[in-house]
Amino acid sequence: MSLKQNLHNLKEKYKGTKMAPAFNAIHTFLYLPNEVTHGGTHIKAADDLKRTMNTVIMSLIPVLIFGMFNAGYQHYAAIDPSLRTDVLANFFTWDNLWIGIIKVLPLVIVSYGVGLAVEFVFAVIKGHEVEEGYLVTGMLVPLIVPVDTPLWMLAVAVIFGVVIGKEVFGGTGMNILNPALTIRAFLFFAYPTWMSGDKVWVHDAVNRAGTADAISGETILGSYAQNQEVIYSNWDKFMGFIPGSVGETSTLLILLGAAFLIFTKIGSWRIILSTFIGAAVMGLIFNAVVDASIITESSKFYGLMNTVWWEHLMIGGLAFGAVYMATDPVTASQTNKGKWIYGFLIGFISIMIRVFNPAYPEGVFLAILLMNVFAPTIDHYVVQGNVKRRLKRAKVKTA
Amino acid sequence: MGLLSKKDAALIKDPLLDNNPITIQVLGICSALAITAELKASIVMAISVMFVLGLGNVVISLMRNIIPSKIRIIVQLIVVATLVIIVDLVLKAFAYELSKTLSVFVGLIITNCIIMGRFEAFALGNGPWRSFLDGIGNSVGYGVILIIVGFFRELLGSGTLLGFKVLGDPIEKTGLYAIGYENNGFMLLSPMALIVVGIIIWIQRTKNKSLIEEH
Repeated sequence: MSLKQNLHNLKEKYKGTKMAPAFNAIHTFLYLPNEVTHGGTHIKAADDLKRTMNTVIMSLIPVLIFGMFNAGYQHYAAIDPSLRTDVLANFFTWDNLWIGIIKVLPLVIVSYGVGLAVEFVFAVIKGHEVEEGYLVTGMLVPLIVPVDTPLWMLAVAVIFGVVIGKEVFGGTGMNILNPALTIRAFLFFAYPTWMSGDKVWVHDAVNRAGTADAISGETILGSYAQNQEVIYSNWDKFMGFIPGSVGETSTLLILLGAAFLIFTKIGSWRIILSTFIGAAVMGLIFNAVVDASIITESSKFYGLMNTVWWEHLMIGGLAFGAVYMATDPVTASQTNKGKWIYGFLIGFISIMIRVFNPAYPEGVFLAILLMNVFAPTIDHYVVQGNVKRRLKRAKVKTA
Repeated sequence: MGLLSKKDAALIKDPLLDNNPITIQVLGICSALAITAELKASIVMAISVMFVLGLGNVVISLMRNIIPSKIRIIVQLIVVATLVIIVDLVLKAFAYELSKTLSVFVGLIITNCIIMGRFEAFALGNGPWRSFLDGIGNSVGYGVILIIVGFFRELLGSGTLLGFKVLGDPIEKTGLYAIGYENNGFMLLSPMALIVVGIIIWIQRTKNKSLIEEH
């Protein structure tokens, strides 16, 4: 008997019992279910929730693999800076990948294991089917944390994020806040020493601090915030050969992922584009402030304000946030006009927080969470505006 | 309880669970969020509110027939203010450090919705003994939640309870800290208090479905 048939039999056996959702989920996850729709009209469409989620995961896999290599590369390059002279020769090596395997894969496994366990428990208690929503969240979480994040912290944060960020609102599709960013925000506020500063971004920098082997784990944003020069070229920044959270560094691969998401119509190009526009506008405003000599080099904001606007788009988590976080269909604005406003404000506020937050020069996740809260309000006014416009037109005609 | 009739006993028991001022009536939230980062502050706050509410209810109840209803809010405020100042001065005299932690929130007991709420809803229409019981019941219901929230926030946020290092020393790396445990800084911030209160409300309503509002 095939595995599929076995799973189907198991499912039939547990039908109507408390554990039914768990077996249903395993079956549905691996195969197309045997059931077909009966009677009445029904719509045939290829894109169900499972396929949508899998498309996003596929677009994330290059980013994940790059992140695994980069975890090792940043570690070795911090020890031996001469590696940076020929990046391509020293990047795709087994040594780099090995660091990625021992540091990044456990993050992925813990994220999925803990998150899906919570989902299963809730599905069994509440008697509904296990939803696919966590498949993407579980992939996003390891990509937005520093490589050395302790696994138990991640587990605590995932439990918090899935329960408080999603399940209390009623599960997938009902959440107000993006669960992956809720997890990130929890980590940031609960364990700031592991989530910010100049050590956490490169593997082993924390353990080596204070010894003769000490290495720097400073990000580009961190250096700018302290008015320091950075050693990375624009090419490095765009390709992603820079320290940072696991998956956020490579703007190129993120843009390729964005192209894939837009092509498959999973991600909203309006949100992605308007986020970049918003960030560019804020960057230009800051550049203008510096050009007008309102802010001088003595100011603590000078370093980041003086950063050229297009450079802001490549460094930090802006690209990752714009493509994979802001486009989450559940928490974003639903109307097309609303999406423009929503995305623009995310980019705008991201750069603002980035410049004005001296303790943690990055604000993308805070900006997206803030706009998540305002997304329904934006939609409300867009819809009301439309209603008003049409009422006006109707009155003119009747009169 | 032999001392109290069934009706009187309900005055004490109801606010503890099914009519809890914080989790059911959602009153007095500000102080529940602000001062519960330490268990000690929570306990002192609970006792202070018990003093003010128990005594205040009795005073208002005694005066209920002579207060003109138009100025009753002013009269109530004066009674609360007097009692709060007594608490404040006692704290300053005998527990100066603690009164600094509680800072403005002792003074803000005046604006605690629970107190004015009980004056209005109960003391103005009932005798002093029953008003006293109602005041004690409500302030215990308030205090219980404060202490639960304070317990979890101090334990998980600072790793201490009433100042004792129950989980080990974070700097010396003893106890739990030796195996990599770290304090959860989020617990010390007010939003987490809101989430802890929310979780208590969640558990309470799961246990007693009749508390869930229709909507």
